[in-house]
Amino acid sequence: MYRNASELLEATKNLDCNIWEVVLENEIKISDRTASAIRGQMLETFSVMQNSAAFAQESDIKSISGLIGGDAKKVNEYRKNNKTICGDSVNIAISRALSSSEVNASMGRIVAAPTAGSCGILPAAIITAGEQIAASDEQLVNALLTASGIGQIIAKNATLSGAEGGCQAECGSASAMAAAALVEMYGGSPDAAFHAAAIAISNILGLVCDPVAGLVEVPCANRNAMGVVNAMLCADMALAGVTSIIPFDEMIEAMYKVGRQMPVAFKETALGGIAATPTALRLKTEIFHK
Amino acid sequence: MQKSIFDILGPIMIGPSSSHTAGAEKIGRVARAIADGSLKKAIFYLHGSFANTYKGHGTDKALVAGILDMEADDERIKESLTLAKSMGISVEFVETDLGDVHPNTVKIVIVKTDDTEVSVIGSSIGGGGIVITKINDDEIEYDGKYPLLIIKHKDIHGVISSITGVVADYGINIATLKVGRQARGELASTVIETDAIVPENAIEKISQLNGINSVRKINAIGGHHV
Repeated sequence: MYRNASELLEATKNLDCNIWEVVLENEIKISDRTASAIRGQMLETFSVMQNSAAFAQESDIKSISGLIGGDAKKVNEYRKNNKTICGDSVNIAISRALSSSEVNASMGRIVAAPTAGSCGILPAAIITAGEQIAASDEQLVNALLTASGIGQIIAKNATLSGAEGGCQAECGSASAMAAAALVEMYGGSPDAAFHAAAIAISNILGLVCDPVAGLVEVPCANRNAMGVVNAMLCADMALAGVTSIIPFDEMIEAMYKVGRQMPVAFKETALGGIAATPTALRLKTEIFHK
Repeated sequence: MQKSIFDILGPIMIGPSSSHTAGAEKIGRVARAIADGSLKKAIFYLHGSFANTYKGHGTDKALVAGILDMEADDERIKESLTLAKSMGISVEFVETDLGDVHPNTVKIVIVKTDDTEVSVIGSSIGGGGIVITKINDDEIEYDGKYPLLIIKHKDIHGVISSITGVVADYGINIATLKVGRQARGELASTVIETDAIVPENAIEKISQLNGINSVRKINAIGGHHV
């Protein structure tokens, strides 16, 4: 049992192991299930992620409101046919993140990771990194366990909900979870994983949740693309030895406080930010009064 | 208590929003359970954010999917309105104000095939979690994660002990227990959440105990491993 990052890190040091091993042991205890049952369920979860991350890369899709759909496919075709600025792995990750978000917005099946609004970030990060290192199913499940551990700590000490903490709590948390998972996938230490997660949060700190017409579409899908790239850059930085000056536990406390101080207009109510722009208000009228 | 990793990476659900679809679908399933699966018509009174955004979020489809007993990850949720129609179940959506309740709240009134009505008020509180606050006239607080028994009985000495005795005889562990009464010696209620489903013959035994008026059973609808 770990209440925060410092306890989880201490456990990894005492047992000389990775974050995912502590998370798995803890899950065995709290759920009274076997490691193989837990791994099995996590692999099923991963297969839903794979489908949502792949579907809209190749297939045409439209959200319920019609506001979004088709961008995952555009990015995928662009990166196949052009010399891109960010390179292929970043563009594939962007396309995957957009795909899950578009599948979500069209009432398709996704894994809330940790929420539906941020469902594109973690799958895109893990699938893309997994491809690069030809990861086994076991390694992919381990990465998801690491990510879950980070999410558990944020849920316990702060919030994962946009209504409570703004987008920083949803896409920020997903990005931190993904960053830590990527670091462990690439052989980085638990310390490095938490540095990556802390930097990921700090990069998105203060981001408001301002969905156009209150729908999980604009700007959510694009912010999933941003979230996965943020996770990748934070993981690379941490693997290079860059550290977060502010420890993870203090970082999420800061994130929680920022969320508390944030006016309700910026917490999923669609009353502020880009949701309050003239174009957003016009779209809202068109969608709900057609 | 610490959240399971499957609370963090989960639920597996139909989008676009765990509050507006997964939670709504679960409230729908509780309503179905209370109606014993007998459905002729369902009226959904939508409050707050549910009232304002249900069309764009597909909350209407999720609620109907729930009363049709679909799980949160059923890809047919998209077509639930058409499915209900083909099954001869009529549905109606009313935007309303249910008072001082959570922004994502719905009151579901189900008209059963024998024309009797049951109603449920539930709120979708985020991440696919729900709280049922009212079943017919009874105020409760139920998250759908465990099987539930709602027992109405006379406020007489020893009733609660005889009820829990039956549950214990079947080797079932009680997770939570809440008792209350209108007044001393009047109608009382005992609400029990259990770790396992209470079998029909145990329900039958409880119904036959001295002082029992009614026993209603709702199986878990939103648990992770139940």
